Amino acid sequence: MRGNSSTIRTNTAVTTVAALLAGALVLTACSSGDGKKGSGDTSGGATASGSGLTLPRLNGASLEVAAVWTGTEQKNFKKVLAEFEKRTGAKVTFVPAQDPIINFLGSKIAGGQPPDVALLPQPGAIKQAVDKKWAKPLGADALKELQKNYSPGWQDIGKVDGKQYGVYYKAANKSLIWYNAKAFENAGAKEPKTWQELLTTAQAVYDSGVTPFSVGGADGWTLTDWFENVYLSQAGPEKYDQLAQHKIKWTDPSVKQALTTLAQIWGKKDYVAGGADGALQTEFPNSVTQTFTGGDQPKAAMVYEGDFVQVNIGDTKAKVGTDAKVFPFPAVGSSAPVVSGGDAAVILKDSKAAQALATFLASPDAATIQAKLGGYLSPNKNVPDSAYPNPVQQKIAKALIASGDDFRFDMSDQAPQAFGGTPGKGEWKDLQDFLKNPKDVAGAQAKLEKDAAAAYGNGS
Amino acid sequence: MASAAAAGTPPGPAAPKSRRSVTGTRRTVAALFLLPALVLLGALVVYPIGYSIIRSFYNASGDGFAGFDNYKALFTDDGIRTALKNNIIWVVFAPTVSTALGLVFAVLTERVRWGTAFKLVVFMPMAISMLAAGIIFRLVYDQDPDKGVANAVWVGVHDTFAQSSAFPKAHPGRESPLKPDQGGFLTTATVHTGQTVTLPLVGVAPDQMPDRAKKAVAAKPEPGRITGTTWQDFTRGKGVGKLGVPDPSELGYAGMRIEAVKDGKVVASTKAAGDGTFTLPATADGAQLRLPASNFREPYNGVDWLGPSLVTPAIIGSYVWMWAGFAMVLIAAGLAGVPRELLEAARVDGANEWQVFRRVTVPLLAPVLAVVTVTLMINVLKVFDLVYIIAPGSSQDDANVLALELYRKGFAESQPGIASAIAVFLLLLVIPVMLFNIRRLRREVRR
Repeated sequence: MRGNSSTIRTNTAVTTVAALLAGALVLTACSSGDGKKGSGDTSGGATASGSGLTLPRLNGASLEVAAVWTGTEQKNFKKVLAEFEKRTGAKVTFVPAQDPIINFLGSKIAGGQPPDVALLPQPGAIKQAVDKKWAKPLGADALKELQKNYSPGWQDIGKVDGKQYGVYYKAANKSLIWYNAKAFENAGAKEPKTWQELLTTAQAVYDSGVTPFSVGGADGWTLTDWFENVYLSQAGPEKYDQLAQHKIKWTDPSVKQALTTLAQIWGKKDYVAGGADGALQTEFPNSVTQTFTGGDQPKAAMVYEGDFVQVNIGDTKAKVGTDAKVFPFPAVGSSAPVVSGGDAAVILKDSKAAQALATFLASPDAATIQAKLGGYLSPNKNVPDSAYPNPVQQKIAKALIASGDDFRFDMSDQAPQAFGGTPGKGEWKDLQDFLKNPKDVAGAQAKLEKDAAAAYGNGS
Repeated sequence: MASAAAAGTPPGPAAPKSRRSVTGTRRTVAALFLLPALVLLGALVVYPIGYSIIRSFYNASGDGFAGFDNYKALFTDDGIRTALKNNIIWVVFAPTVSTALGLVFAVLTERVRWGTAFKLVVFMPMAISMLAAGIIFRLVYDQDPDKGVANAVWVGVHDTFAQSSAFPKAHPGRESPLKPDQGGFLTTATVHTGQTVTLPLVGVAPDQMPDRAKKAVAAKPEPGRITGTTWQDFTRGKGVGKLGVPDPSELGYAGMRIEAVKDGKVVASTKAAGDGTFTLPATADGAQLRLPASNFREPYNGVDWLGPSLVTPAIIGSYVWMWAGFAMVLIAAGLAGVPRELLEAARVDGANEWQVFRRVTVPLLAPVLAVVTVTLMINVLKVFDLVYIIAPGSSQDDANVLALELYRKGFAESQPGIASAIAVFLLLLVIPVMLFNIRRLRREVRR
């Protein structure tokens, strides 16, 4: 999992058109912000905005915010912070952190200089921060703003022992299949809604002479994400939670069913670009680029992964929305899955200014600014669709919000790292072996259970 | 370290009244001068080693004494066992191959006029960091022949001898009259003279179609013969179109081989024309038609260099590429010290070049060769970067070595106890090799 979150972070090069468009939008956003600030000054001490967000005046206060974002993503987030500075008069410094951020914070706290607010990428990290007594609960203002804008599901994953600690500022939608529009057109294929339709579509693409799927099997996390989508949709959210906490075993019949379903694609001859051996040596970025290069004869027609795929599409000549399109992961069971990830803002040093920043980050105002810049997805339900710069982003955001509370957090992110987050080990390795030999469902289950038992047992 | 410690406690002065040592320095002065070095060594070498040893007896969180559990894990954990096995392979092969190659290069370059230039080229990889070399070889070994130079060469050689076929991914579409048979396809029904047969397939990429493929036409029945068409039953953008009938823009499979099979024996065979039509003589009456597997041979994809079985030898190859130059330079230096007269004498005595090399040069170089091999052994025991970078995630487990496992246990799986145990174990492995080197050096000095 660390793999994909770092991909989102390291190269957020948005396609030029989107960036230009976003740039224009930002200018307007900033100027309107200026206007608000002026009116706020006159209304004595507090700043109000169109959405009814009230922030205290914090002249002279200074804050530090730590996150692992780099490049464009960092630049865009700084614009959000600049807006906060403008509205409150506080001074905010961005502290670039390294992955895993929890270790980074550990050394900062040991040194006696924790940042005021940190953005943590996993629910497990928030719990760790609370267990170590680093995190401070949200105050009344921030809570009010959060409850107004977030569905209960998104609030709950920021809670530890019933207390609200995290504000999920950024989300990832990992239930998307990206496809080469030209290859689909040549094959006469349509966007599928169900797994059965997906298989039909794949067959149509295959019949047209193009390999249907590109799988980045060298990175184990793409495979765990595949599995999670199938499992969530097929076995349902309750079982998903139980499996994530290892309350049911990997030898459970539901896992067998999900793996058997997966094998309908992974195990079919010529359905995966390069065959199993080729896929196992294809890294995630390459699995995307090979789908969107090669004219009307790409190496594959479809590639599964989250919204951050568009970053890698940016490395090709394909344009998101015309050459590269997307459809939500089809329903395997009764409803389509929404597997997500996200970064939550957590207060580490309690102060009026830190609480105000948390409140601001929970508001649609903050999210809208970054949404307009592209490459960003907010779980905030009050962010208008129109805030996203292109139809593809709007579609992804809509799918995420529409899932309400039925979305689930990436399972391998919730697992101990030895099982769900180490290259060549645990779930990553076992699913890679399964991709190599998709007939051996029982063997894969046995190995998964053995590794899971060892990892969860250690309590690490 | 050893020398510093030895110097730190000089033998006490003989005369108690004088606090000066033999060389005339006061003890306090000596201690003062030694202090910075001792502090640095203590903080940077002794303390970490000591702490690692202590840490290796504690559990993952560091608050419970674990006894020898971590060391037990060393020999029971599958990952560590593979790492150990691979480390042995590394230690045996990487230094010997590098030294052998270095020796050959050194001896040969001595006799070439452009020897220095050659040495420079062989030594050049040493100027590249391990990380960069890793990235280079990750590309060299890439599976895709369009990217990986190793496979490009291999596939190039292979394809000169065995051509791949024109229709590698063709397969029957829906409701096909064909069924798979020995890698090819066989009609379910038998054919008879005067009939026309359709053999539709799908899935051949348009850019892979033979150049002489023309629009497919339905065959006309001919008395006393079997006629038919084999074509790509797929129209771009429309799907199959009319199933089992050639649509206007569909192409014939030019050059597709067709066999008539009766009781497992081929009674007649032919090749399809540009428009996909074919005719078979009356002898094929009552036979089944087969599109043999030779039509569908997959293009050769080269060797799976970074797959589970070849990944360790492949990475050792990249190590040799880097370090053969190092071995060569040291051996060449040693070679320069070999007395020429001995070689001349051997030649005068009638030894041929091989005998001179085998019986004179190599024995004289033996001490140098030993030093080079041992140095490389120490180097190989801690190999990490090449393995970490070259092996793709899917075969990292198969390429695992102790140093990599140490990193994974310590920093990815938060098992610092086991990681410390691996570190201590590595230290124990290095010590005998180091002792050997130190004793060699001492002997050298005495001589």
